[in-house]
Order: sequence, then structure tokens, then C-alpha cells
Amino acid sequence: MTENNFGLKKIEISVSEAEKRTGRNAMNMQETYTAYLIETRSVEHTDGQSVLTDSLWRRYSEFELLRNYLLVYYPHVVVPPLPEKRAEFVWHKLSADNMDPDFVERRRIGLENFLLRVASHPILCRDKIFYLFLTQEGNWKETVNETGFQLKADSRLKALNATFRVKNPDKRFTELKHYSDELQSVISHLLRVRARVADRLYGVYKVHGNYGRVFSEWSAIEKEMGDGLQSAGHHMDVYASSIDDILEDEEHYADQLKEYLFYAEALRAVCRKHELMQYDLEMAAQDLASKKQQCEELATGTVRTFSLKGMTTKLFGQETPEQREARIKVLEEQINEGEQQLKSKNLEGREFVKNAWADIERFKEQKNHDLKEALISYAVMQISMCKKGIQVWTNAKECFSKM
Amino acid sequence: MDMNSFSPMMPTSPLSMINQVKFEDEPDLKDLFITVDEPESHVTTIETFITYRIITKTSRGEFDSSEFEVRRRYQDFLWLKGKLEEAHPTLIIPPLPEKFIVKGMVERFNDDFIETRRKALHKFLNRIADHPTLTFNEDFKVFLTAQAWELSSHKKQGPGLLSRMGQTVRAVALSMRGVKSRPEEFMEMNNFIEVFSQKINLIDKISQRIYKEEREYSDEMKEYGPIHILWSASEEDLVDTLKGIASCIDKCCKATEKRMSGLSEALLPVVHEYVLYSEMLMGVMKRRDQIQAELDSKVEALTNKKADTDLLTEEIGKLEDKVECANNALKADWERWRHNMQNDIKSAFTDMAEENIHYYEQCLATWESFLASQTDLHMEEPSEDKPESH
Repeated sequence: MTENNFGLKKIEISVSEAEKRTGRNAMNMQETYTAYLIETRSVEHTDGQSVLTDSLWRRYSEFELLRNYLLVYYPHVVVPPLPEKRAEFVWHKLSADNMDPDFVERRRIGLENFLLRVASHPILCRDKIFYLFLTQEGNWKETVNETGFQLKADSRLKALNATFRVKNPDKRFTELKHYSDELQSVISHLLRVRARVADRLYGVYKVHGNYGRVFSEWSAIEKEMGDGLQSAGHHMDVYASSIDDILEDEEHYADQLKEYLFYAEALRAVCRKHELMQYDLEMAAQDLASKKQQCEELATGTVRTFSLKGMTTKLFGQETPEQREARIKVLEEQINEGEQQLKSKNLEGREFVKNAWADIERFKEQKNHDLKEALISYAVMQISMCKKGIQVWTNAKECFSKM
Repeated sequence: MDMNSFSPMMPTSPLSMINQVKFEDEPDLKDLFITVDEPESHVTTIETFITYRIITKTSRGEFDSSEFEVRRRYQDFLWLKGKLEEAHPTLIIPPLPEKFIVKGMVERFNDDFIETRRKALHKFLNRIADHPTLTFNEDFKVFLTAQAWELSSHKKQGPGLLSRMGQTVRAVALSMRGVKSRPEEFMEMNNFIEVFSQKINLIDKISQRIYKEEREYSDEMKEYGPIHILWSASEEDLVDTLKGIASCIDKCCKATEKRMSGLSEALLPVVHEYVLYSEMLMGVMKRRDQIQAELDSKVEALTNKKADTDLLTEEIGKLEDKVECANNALKADWERWRHNMQNDIKSAFTDMAEENIHYYEQCLATWESFLASQTDLHMEEPSEDKPESH
């Protein structure tokens, strides 16, 4: 596979369908799940026509596997997040059921978005496992597991430990971590309140629908007012039902914000990796320093620091010069090794910081652009809602004034 | 001070003012202007109550003066209504606001309650003043002009409470009989009243519910806007956009509050008044049926020769006149009431529609101006695309 043929310009990816399936899971129990059809088209350079090159079905857990792999192999990259596993921040009309068709539809769009983000990332798009995800239906899972990425993953405990004990992390990462916490907190809050606002708005519109029914019944006993009442009632019905489309559009807006809510976690992952590497480096440097000191003490005979060997020597008698020589030699070897390791760790660390920061800058630009676009689209939605409102109420007013 | 009883101080919409004047049967100008204001609390050892100031201005000859100022309490209004019903049993007397509001209000003297009641009492008196028959009622004149002690002594005259209670028991029996022999046109009227009552009650509930939902929407919006400001603190490049959205949400919230106040001033009181009117109408129907039944029972007695035929014939003659008067009075008043109702409902709902249009227009302007500011900024940013070749 030639890496260069892989970039958003050359291929089109879409998650075009979702299907309910039943199967047997690992414990041989029957389960229902949704499978998503991924279609890849290559775009002919000359005439812009697209040809369907691959099409296969994947379920959500396979997307998760892909992402976890990318997280391990590209720790310096802000890896795009997946759409939520379970529906959160729902307002009352939306179901929190994973099988609900509206939820499945929104998830389909979210998964497509995820693949597009990966395909347009300068580094991630070249990954072979990603390519196989799009092209190799059978055996893909085995292929991923064969990479042994799970073993390479840093343990959460180790990472947590590093976060607390690291002494000199790069300040920019500390700030970034702080930012990602704030981003997560404020978007969560926004989404929660937005859901409540949606609920209330739904209530206002729907209660007006009751006017429609009552006006219609009332018009039956009125001679002159009858027609006006009846037609006004119709407009009340139109008003009440218009809220459904309005709120559905808003749901897409909420999904755009949710993506950046989940991106906050991806940012934190990069920060954690830095802390881990930095901590590792600090430990290695500390270890080296103590070995050098030990060596020095043995060579000069002065004991500045407490050592068990030193104590036992005091208690059970001095060691022979040969023994001491041997120990010095071992230490010198270790020190050499340690210095090499420290050098390479330092280099690794600096490389990581450089690459990570480059991707973070790329991410920041993407985020500013996307969020601004989303916020503006929110304004556009509000404008559309207002225009509809003006139209319906103008019609209703005309009916009322003709009564 | 403004002569007009519909002065700007009183919260009636211009549209309803025009309609109030339109339905005048006589082409004469209004010559009786009444305002109800200045609620005051009075505390005695026995009770606490509210009085309202009533100012009457008139050019009518039968009034001793051209201006009167009195204070009346709710009890006094109840008395007036009772006297009007007594004198004109088949006229559609305007409704009084309820004695108590069952839900929501715990305290009888809550400010909103008092204000709502004051407006309704104002309307009550003005409706009487505009009624071609009721406006010349003697008790009405006494109510508007007499000092407190004069009114008390005037009240003591007339049939006592006990005799009125006796009437009630007999009245129920009579009215049931009257239903059976009700003429066709009154059957139609009754049918209308039943359906109307049902529908107007529903509309009352729906309108109250809308008000409540709008209130809750407004409350949530108050929390929604500021979150965007909070967010802008951590986003250098999005500060303008986020603050802009917060400001739009805030303005829309204020527009909602205005819409709500329009609802509570124009629509809710009118709908509620007609809920009370519908109860009133059912009472009028009953009284008409009672009068009819009185005649029918006498006619039956004559047929069965139960008592002195000459006396009965005389009584029947009188009752026939009474029935004819009652029916005619009701018919005329019914037409008038239908006409008024149509105008009142029409203007109340037209006002509501207008409020909503205004609300959406305001919000639209807010969001459009925000969008314009954002896209202008957008265009100022250097384009990343290659320049077009023409």
C-alpha cells in the first residue's frame, strides 16, 4: 500500500447505513447490536468521479478498538473522539435508548465524522491499521491484536502516579491540562442547560396545539366567528408541530459541542503521556545521580550516605579490596548504561514535546474554526425559528381579525 | 385628571377600547365615567378587609353632582350584583371576580391578587354603565354616590336574607319544570351556553398553562446566557462570538418577559371574565325557566280547577306578561352579549397574536445583527484559499 495515496483529497469515506443485528457474544449469549456500513470511494484525479472501492460493516466496539490502538501508537497526537456510547444530556422527548432510531442516526453521523477526522489528520491517515479498518472486513480484529498494542499501553496507575509526582513538567502542558478541564466543565454545563431550555420550549409550543383542538370544537356553535376560529386553530396546530424540526436541528448543534467535550479527554491523554515521560526521565536522572554518588563513595572510601552494604560492612567487617573493585566496576557499567538511557530519554522527551505541541497547535486552529462555525450555525437556527414564528402568528392574527 | 374611564392609567389595550365604544346601541356619547383604584387595607378588631376608591364623573341630570368619590369593599359589589339580578332576572349581569382564588394564592391580600381584582371590579362597573338598561338602575346609582352610612341604611331596605333563602329552594324545583317547556330558541341558546362554557374553560386552562411554560422557559434562559460568558474566559479566539451569543440570549429572554406580560394583561383577564360570564349565563337561563314554570304551574292549576278560576286567570294574565317581558329582555340582551363577546374575544386573541409577532421580530433582529457582525469579521480575516483567477 502506498502511503501517499492516502489523504482526504484522494478518498471519500462515508458511514452510509446502520442495521440492527443479532449475534452471539463472547459468552455465547444472544445480543442485539447495530452494525454500520462504511463505504470508501476513490476520487479520480482527472474527472472528479468517484468509484466505490471498499464497503464493509463494522460495529461500535470495532471503532473503539481502532481508537484505542491509535491512542497507544500515537501518544503525541490529539486523537479524534468517538460519538458517545450512551445518550447523555437528553431532554425529555429524546429517548436514552441506544436502539432508538434517532440516536442510531446521530451516532452514524458521529462515526462518519470520526473517520473523516482521522483520514484528514496528516499523521493518522497514513496508519496501516486504519487503512485495513476501511478495507479488510474479516480478521481485522486479529490483525490489530497481533500488533500487541495492549501491552504497549501505559497502565493507568502508572500514569496517575506520574501526575502526582512529576517535578518539572513543561508549563505549557500544565496549562493545557487546566484548559481541557475548563473546556469539559463548561461544555457539560452548557449542554445540560440547553437540554432544559429545549424541554421548556417544547412545552410552550405544544400547549398552543391545544388551542387548535378547542377552537375547532368551539367554531361549531359560532356563526360569524366560526371560520376565523377554525382557521386560526389550524395555524396553532402548525405552530405546535413546528417545534419538532427546530429541536432536531438543535440536536445536531449539541452533537458538535459534544465532540469538543470529548476532545478534552484526548488533550488530557497527551498531557498524561508527557507527564509520564517526564517522570520517567526524572527517575532515571535521579537513579543515575545516586549511582554516581555510590561509585564516588566507594572509590574515595568516604561514606556520605547511608547504605545497607556500608552498615553490614561495619557490623560484619570490611570488605576486601577485590570485592570493592568488583562493585565499582559494576556501578561504572551501570552508570554508563544509565547515561546512554538518560540521553535517549531526553531526546525522546524533547521529540515528544515538539511533535505533541505541533499537533496541539493544529488542534487549536481546528477547534476555533469548528466552534465558531457551530456557534454561528446556532444563530442561523434561531433566525429560522423566528421567521417561522412570525409567519405562523401573522397568519393566525389575520384569522383572528377576520372573526 | 383624565375624564376617560379608559385612560392610559388603566391597562386596557387600545383595540379593546375602540371595541367597547363600538357596541353602544345609542349614538349618544358616554355620559358616565367610572374608575376603580387605590386599594387600601382596613384593620378592625373583627376583621381585615380591602376597600377600593371609586370615582364617578357624569353629566346626567338625575345625579346630584357631576363628580363623586366613594370607597367600597368587595361585599358591597356583591350586594350590588344581587340587587341587579333581583331587578332584572333575565338580563345578563356582568360577572364579578371570584371571592377567593382556589389555587396558587395562599394570602387573600397578595399584591397580584388585589391588582387583578381591582381591574376586574373596574370592568364590572363599566360594563354596567355601558348596559342600556342597567345603567339607569337605582341601586347602581346609590352604589356610586352614597357615603358609607347612606349605603348601609339603603342596604337594609328590601327583601331580607331569609326570604331570599326560601326563594332558592323553591327556585330549583321551578327551574327544573321550566326546562321541559322551554321554547326552541331558548333551547338553542342553552345549547350554545353549555358548549361555550366548556370551551372557554378549556381556553382559560390552556392560556394559564402557556403563561406558566413561558415563565419556566424564561427562567432557564436566564441561566443559559451567562454560561457562554463563562466559556469566553478560556477561549481567546472565540470571545466576541461567545459574548455575542450571550447577549442575544439575554435580549430574547427580556422579549419573552414582555410577551408574558402582554398575555397576562390582555388575554388572561378577558378569557377569565368570559369563564365567569358562562356561569352567569347558566344562572340567567335558570331564572328564565323559573319564571316560565311559575306561569305553567298556574295554568295547570286552572286546568285542574284547583282554586278560584277568576283569581287564577288574573294571575295568569300577569304571569304571561312577566314571561313575555323576561323572554324579550333576555333575547335582546343575548344578542348584545354575543356581539360583545365576539369583539372581546377577537381583540384579545388578535392582541396575543400581535404580541407573539412582536416577540419573534425582536428576537429575529437580535440574532440577525449578531450574525451580521460575525460574518463581517469573517470577511476581514485573510482568506486561506488561493485567489480566484478570472
